[in-house]
Amino acid sequence: MTKEPLLRVNNLEVVYNHTVQVLKGLSLAVPEGEVVALLGSNGAGKSTTLKAISGLLPMEDGAVTDGEIRFGGVSLAGRQPHEIARRGVFQVMEGRRVFEELTVEENLSCASYARGGAGDLAGAYEKVYGYFPRLAERRRQLAGYLSGGEQQMLAIGRALVARPRLMLLDEPSLGLSPILVEEIFGIVSRINREEGTTILLVEQNANMALSVSSFGYIMENGRIVLDGPTSLLREDRDVREFYLGGHGGQRKSYRDLKHYKRRKRWLS
Amino acid sequence: MEDFLQMVASGVVIGGIYALIAMGFVVIYKATGIINFATGEFMMLGAFFCFTAMTAAKFPFAAALLAAAMAAAALGALVERVVLRPLMGKAMISVIMVTIGLSSIFKGVAQLVWSGDYRAFPPVFPRAPVTLGSVILPSRQFYPFLISLASCALIAILFRFTRTGTAMRATADDPQAAFSMGIDIRRVFSLSWSLAAVTAALSGVVIGTMGGISPQLGAIGLKVFPVVILGGLDSIGGALLGGFLMGILENLAGGYLDPLVGGGIKEVAPFLVLVAILMVRPYGLFGTREIERL
Repeated sequence: MTKEPLLRVNNLEVVYNHTVQVLKGLSLAVPEGEVVALLGSNGAGKSTTLKAISGLLPMEDGAVTDGEIRFGGVSLAGRQPHEIARRGVFQVMEGRRVFEELTVEENLSCASYARGGAGDLAGAYEKVYGYFPRLAERRRQLAGYLSGGEQQMLAIGRALVARPRLMLLDEPSLGLSPILVEEIFGIVSRINREEGTTILLVEQNANMALSVSSFGYIMENGRIVLDGPTSLLREDRDVREFYLGGHGGQRKSYRDLKHYKRRKRWLS
Repeated sequence: MEDFLQMVASGVVIGGIYALIAMGFVVIYKATGIINFATGEFMMLGAFFCFTAMTAAKFPFAAALLAAAMAAAALGALVERVVLRPLMGKAMISVIMVTIGLSSIFKGVAQLVWSGDYRAFPPVFPRAPVTLGSVILPSRQFYPFLISLASCALIAILFRFTRTGTAMRATADDPQAAFSMGIDIRRVFSLSWSLAAVTAALSGVVIGTMGGISPQLGAIGLKVFPVVILGGLDSIGGALLGGFLMGILENLAGGYLDPLVGGGIKEVAPFLVLVAILMVRPYGLFGTREIERL
């Protein structure tokens, strides 16, 4: 790659509680304007990667012990989460994390801190309601009473208000019905196209994630084991076997699957 | 009937003052989720600041109040920075214990600086009692009542309608999410402690003008704690209503029940009602229930 990517993570190592090493030399790059997917199973360290980027690790007793995170050519090391947010990196956290005691609109207004001032809040709200008309009907309701899908919309809506250069999306499909998942991913795609927002997407739903991204990383046990343009990843036999659940049409028994598991080529 | 009206009216007036004291608890809880058991001592120190400004520095009341508020704000921010920030992310029970420790320290320091003596506050309000219809209210209660109402209204507006207030509520709700939103939660914490300290100082001054001051003035903070629980820890309207309710109950019990049993009911009656109400509504009259999504 000739151009410096918007986000570059180099050899990142993260340790929790001074004892548990979660990331073991993780590297990835997110070029400006792209949607990049970070896939992997439970506990692979995907959310940890995002929290390391957004500066939230210390709040969970985690620490970056080695490696480097550069955003727009500047190192993010040692910066506080609110500074990172104000620099244009906005995380949509796993589990939606809406402020339940606040109304929909108050939730949105909180995100305006990330762009450093109230600015044109009404205009920002209208943009959010353009993407998510259902939130408009509920603007005065407490966020705690929204459905799961609506809360996810609100969480992404906050990111729209913040107008980040880079959006970190952590498991937006978590706990949502397939129809909603499709709707949410459609909108993520639109945000990337229409707002020009670069997106780093963490997902367990590999199928969905690869359908909206241009480049993908697959991580296991705290490091990247495979990466490539989405089109190639989709064709990769191991990826199909272990992440997409596609296997050439015929059904297989779980006994065979175990046999395949030993052959994951990055483990050899 | 005349008596009844008079009792209710003084109950409302006293209740309004209770509400302001309760506000000191509510502000901290609403913005940081901490129950500050040193609220009473913040009141006491605020009252002493104002007292000293008036007696030693010969400030007029308004200026002394302003100076006391500023000193309280600084103290609040200092306490947050030095004592509470290192505890960020620790268990709530440890934080609450620390506030109890703080209250002892403040009491000790106040005794060292101002001695344990009881002093009368210099007179600040007009002496003539205020007459409303058939009800007569002592001026030393009526004017503090007005100050209370105005302060409660201001605080309510701040929390509900300003961006800073929204950020405070967001921080109490989910600090990590608020942080990731670009809200500097450390500033929110220090601001909330300042605001709570100013509120407490104000109520301390008000109590001081009514009955004089001593390092023990903070004891009333604990007496008012049931009001806070009654109204719901995070509800400004609840604190107001809880204050009124407690004031009125206290007065009615004092007027009607004390003569029958030979005194003492006045102090207990509000607590009996408190227990009864909390049995039915454990989160207080207006406290937020945890929203359970099913």
